[in-house]
Amino acid sequence: MSGDNGIAIDVKGLTKSFGGREVVHDLSMQVKRGSIYGFLGPNGSGKTTTIRILCGLLTPDSGEGTCLGYDIRRDADKIKRQVGYMTQRFSLYQDLSVRENLEFVARLYGLRDARGAARDMIKRLGLSGREEQLAGELSGGWKQRLALGACTLSSPKLLLLDEPTAGVDPKARRDFWNEIHALAADGLTVLVSTHYMDEAERCHEIAYIAYGHLLVHGTVEEVIAKSALTTYTVTGEGLNELAAGLTGKPGIDMVAPFGTSLHVSGRDVAALEASVAPWQAKSGLHWNKSSPSLEDVFIELMGRSKDNFQ
Amino acid sequence: MSAVDHPEPQHAIRERFGFWTRSYAMLVKEFIQLKRDRVSFAMIVMLPVMQLLLFGYAINTTPHNLPSAVLLQEDSDLARSILKALENTKYFRFLYEVHDVEDFDNLLKSGKVLFGVEIPRGFERAVRRGDRPALLVAADATDPVAASAAIGSLGMVVQTALKHDLYIGDPPEMPFEIRAHARYNPAAASSLNIVPGLVGTILTMTMLIFTALSVTREVERGTMENLLSMPIKPVEVMFGKIIPYVLVGFVQAFLIIGIGVVLFGVPILGNLFLLAVLSTLFISTNLAIGYTISTLVQNQLQAMQMSMMFFLPSILLSGFMFPFAGMPVWAQYVGECLPLTHYLRIVRAIMLKGATMQNLRFDALALAVLMLLAMTIAVTRFRRTLD
Repeated sequence: MSGDNGIAIDVKGLTKSFGGREVVHDLSMQVKRGSIYGFLGPNGSGKTTTIRILCGLLTPDSGEGTCLGYDIRRDADKIKRQVGYMTQRFSLYQDLSVRENLEFVARLYGLRDARGAARDMIKRLGLSGREEQLAGELSGGWKQRLALGACTLSSPKLLLLDEPTAGVDPKARRDFWNEIHALAADGLTVLVSTHYMDEAERCHEIAYIAYGHLLVHGTVEEVIAKSALTTYTVTGEGLNELAAGLTGKPGIDMVAPFGTSLHVSGRDVAALEASVAPWQAKSGLHWNKSSPSLEDVFIELMGRSKDNFQ
Repeated sequence: MSAVDHPEPQHAIRERFGFWTRSYAMLVKEFIQLKRDRVSFAMIVMLPVMQLLLFGYAINTTPHNLPSAVLLQEDSDLARSILKALENTKYFRFLYEVHDVEDFDNLLKSGKVLFGVEIPRGFERAVRRGDRPALLVAADATDPVAASAAIGSLGMVVQTALKHDLYIGDPPEMPFEIRAHARYNPAAASSLNIVPGLVGTILTMTMLIFTALSVTREVERGTMENLLSMPIKPVEVMFGKIIPYVLVGFVQAFLIIGIGVVLFGVPILGNLFLLAVLSTLFISTNLAIGYTISTLVQNQLQAMQMSMMFFLPSILLSGFMFPFAGMPVWAQYVGECLPLTHYLRIVRAIMLKGATMQNLRFDALALAVLMLLAMTIAVTRFRRTLD
């Protein structure tokens, strides 16, 4: 692990196809040590495939790189020892109890005191009293905690979390993210894929991936700035009419309702202004020029990438 | 979560005995899963007991109360005493006594009897003169097993009947060509032959299926993804999955042999320790083959089908159902590649003939070779990635 310059993941030109369909296309990325890197993108965009390549579960068709300083093609065994991978679907043994699952994982990583490690983790996860419960009988939130516990049991240097909070309630999600930040503060690098915008905003850096292409990356502010999107937030009466009237007009790339307001966005400022001008004259509507939200940026990116790659 | 308050405890990692700790981790996990799976657990005991009772009691290749008819063309004391002797064997039950050839034929044709004996006119006189008259026997050979066994027994029975018949004394020549000589099993009781055979057959079936499903089950339940992301090697997965079932196989073998001895009076003439050692070898061989199957297939259904593909020839070509020596040469070659063939020789030889390791070297070696071959294929075929 020499000369990694504080970089935990450094890959270039990763490509992977399944049955002739390219799932990951020429993907390059760098993740700094100790950072939380958010991986965003629509379903089937290649997030899971990329994560699996990083932990040696899949071999890339082309491309190269290192994970924790180890070559992802040759040193999969060494990478596995120092990486904790939390799969999208719960993949611990449903017919084993909480304690048995943790002891199993502890033994596989060769922890000297597997029972002790499992006991400490149960205490830490707040699962005391449930240690003899079968993993399959736990609720979604507890399963997710157990899975996180299992993949941090061996004190890994890198955590790969594939949609860890899917189907988990807001409180459990917040607890989960507090835990992730605590782990990162101790120097752990975390790569986490998610669909939730609020989670994306909790990451140090994010990358947006669609149809196998990494479209944009950087901090949340950078990604919003890069989008060059102009957004109006409209409030008032008759928003439905407004939405119907604006959709498809020149310069209008996106019209999206947000509760009692409407977001109207476009890349071409001049064309956007021209299209909204007749509506701005109407009374009862309040127009407010604002910076786009992360969600606006992603929806716009998703729409654009659909035109380009499909 | 409360990680912020509790700094993560650091547990030391042991590198030196990695192979053993990882195999052990897998083994413990498999044991717990087996214990939790109540149905499979019950089957470990139920399957051998049920099979043994079915084969031992219900399926008896020795004829028993075969519905029979006699075409009596002379009513002599000798004829009566032959019939009586036949009936005494319990093989035949004479339901009809006819005097007309046509009635006799119809009984056989309609299936009312499976067996017919014709005592021709002047039979007793011909025997007394030493003419070696023909005792005609007609059997319904649509059930060849029952028919041939009955015909086979006929010669002996009649010889015995004639020998003890006061009217004739000891005939200088045996009046029938049919010769039946059942060595090691003079009463031709099929349970003596079947119990040792069943040890092998049941073990083949259960062991094969237990491990054939093991890898595909992990894939189908989605646990394989997690397992592969952890530092475990194919050999360690294999040992972890095979060893618990060696114990299971041992319990089954013990059950079958125990019931065989207690209920069916099967002897164990040879060394019990040798039997245990070679049985363990056979169990491991089957587990290795089952495990190989599970690395070759995509899902549990395919695993079951492939196990059956292996199990069927094992039953048919190993000498369990049909005599090995009676098979065509190509089939014998196939049979030599099946572990059951070798184990049947081993278990029958040890239990019924008191054979020693000296006699069984070849078959033991064959089992070991088959096991290593299967393990090699399994380890090289085990997919370490999800590609």
